[in-house]
Amino acid sequence: MHDKVIARAANKVYPSMAGDVPAIANFDLTIKEGEFVCLVGPSGCGKSTFLRILAGLESLSAGEARIVPGADPRKPLNNVVFQEYAIFPWKTVLDNVAFGLEMRGVPRGERLEIASNWLAKVGLKRFASYYPAQISGGMKQRVSIARALANDPEVLLMDEPLGALDAQTRAVLQEELLRLWEESHKTVLYVTHSIEEAVLLGDRVVLMTAHPGTNKSEFEVDLPRPRDLSTTATARYAELTGAIWDDLRDEVRAAMEAQR
Amino acid sequence: MNRSPSSTIARPVSPVLLPVAGMVAVALGAGLLGLWADWWVVIFAVEFTLLVIALEGLERGLPFRFHKPYQSVLAWLFPALLLAAWQWLATAGIINPRWFPPPTRIAEALWQLTVTFDRFNETSLIGRPWLIPARLAESGWSGVQALFAESHVWATLSRMLIGFVVGAVPGIVIGIVMGLNKTVRAMLDSTMSAIYVLPKIAIFPLLMLVFADPFGEGPKITVVAISAFFLVALSTMAGVQGIDPVLLQAGKNFGANRWQMFRHVIVPASLPIIFSGLRLALGTSLVVIVAVEFVRSQSGVGYLVYYNWQVLSPAKMYAALLVIMAMGVGLTTLLQFLERRAMPWRS
Repeated sequence: MHDKVIARAANKVYPSMAGDVPAIANFDLTIKEGEFVCLVGPSGCGKSTFLRILAGLESLSAGEARIVPGADPRKPLNNVVFQEYAIFPWKTVLDNVAFGLEMRGVPRGERLEIASNWLAKVGLKRFASYYPAQISGGMKQRVSIARALANDPEVLLMDEPLGALDAQTRAVLQEELLRLWEESHKTVLYVTHSIEEAVLLGDRVVLMTAHPGTNKSEFEVDLPRPRDLSTTATARYAELTGAIWDDLRDEVRAAMEAQR
Repeated sequence: MNRSPSSTIARPVSPVLLPVAGMVAVALGAGLLGLWADWWVVIFAVEFTLLVIALEGLERGLPFRFHKPYQSVLAWLFPALLLAAWQWLATAGIINPRWFPPPTRIAEALWQLTVTFDRFNETSLIGRPWLIPARLAESGWSGVQALFAESHVWATLSRMLIGFVVGAVPGIVIGIVMGLNKTVRAMLDSTMSAIYVLPKIAIFPLLMLVFADPFGEGPKITVVAISAFFLVALSTMAGVQGIDPVLLQAGKNFGANRWQMFRHVIVPASLPIIFSGLRLALGTSLVVIVAVEFVRSQSGVGYLVYYNWQVLSPAKMYAALLVIMAMGVGLTTLLQFLERRAMPWRS
């Protein structure tokens, strides 16, 4: 498998009145095609910033961070699943899922068919004609995930997608994400602050240091797939989350000190 | 639902009868002591409070399914009661019928204004639409136009709506540009905000200087347009600035080009605020046009109010006010209808 995401010595600096503030310093990351990588770090470490740089929503100050295009040039490089869902309140659930296809000029009949197939996969077919205001938070995030998958990007960028949901809804959606990923084996960069979530979902967990964010360490998650919530009951799962927490604890402390 | 029959009967009686008895006692007591003339405001306040207590007691005694209909009955009955009181007070001479003519007289005046053609001014209230078929047969389309031209309501409505559209459309465009581009905003915001606080009616004399025909329609339409423009532009700007940035990012991330961003994200996202600006502008347009018609006009509902002040016929003044209210209600309803059509996701 060749590399799909390449970042070398990535730097991000924000200008401010008091001088430049570094957010990311010399961060390296390589993601292979079909790999599910979770990026974990204390809050404010720049993990979301890095994702947004890859998404083209923010610029890089120095270094390199790019997505390698695939064979099909029409395929979008990336799509983001935002923590705040970011689905359009004025579009129906179906039109939201078809949004990326519509922007790319896919004919109406075709894009609606693709969109309703994805709605079926996330269990929302019945709600196709609803507006976002009429559905719950968990359903909105399913719409957001379906919107990204329907657009079939080279890389799926997920920015704490389950962070705003309650614990039970989050557990249900984690299992759905595992199932969807088994079907597609998409290349995924998944930003989260939850070690448990990262170990459950990812092939690899990349840790970032506190502000400014840079490489801390990496953990291969050798838990067998397909996984589901019962995976969290295994000894290996406990071992991995424990090891990652041991490594991350000091960074979280440092971040708390810095914020105070 | 386990209440005993005796309590269902016993409960509503005293909460209603007690305050009603109080109302009677206060009214009679005040009469006996001769307090009505000087203390009527206080007495009314006490009576009204007791009435509210009685009516709420009555509602509590009703089965739950009647609570909503009861509210609607109150909403219609109380205004009707006020009208009846007005009628009685005016005919009995307790309030001066010169300033407060009884509602029946106002209704009569409204009817007179509607059906009669004022030969002196060559105007009528709504343009006598029942004459349309006859005029159409007699002199064709120009006959119908003449009917429109004699209508006070049409005169006001056309000035106001032309001015409103001429002001609101560029207001939306400029507002969107100012919301999106911080350079344009920096250049225009302070000037616009300064002009915004100026009561636009104050520039009417200036507009009469600017236009070749100071008494024509030009200055009247323009003053409405300017009033609408600033309201709509500044609220549209606020609406565009208030768009959740994550929606703009989502649009961009899913490949929307500039036009698609505008059409699929920026416009629908700012529609709610644009409409609230339009609602404000519509109300202000009505205020401005009526004020302008007071000052410098031979037609329109504002003129009608003012003219009937000059000739001292208050009943017709009230009738004209009723027409202005109806216009306000009608236009607001129309805008609400458009709003629901434009934003189906909000209902």
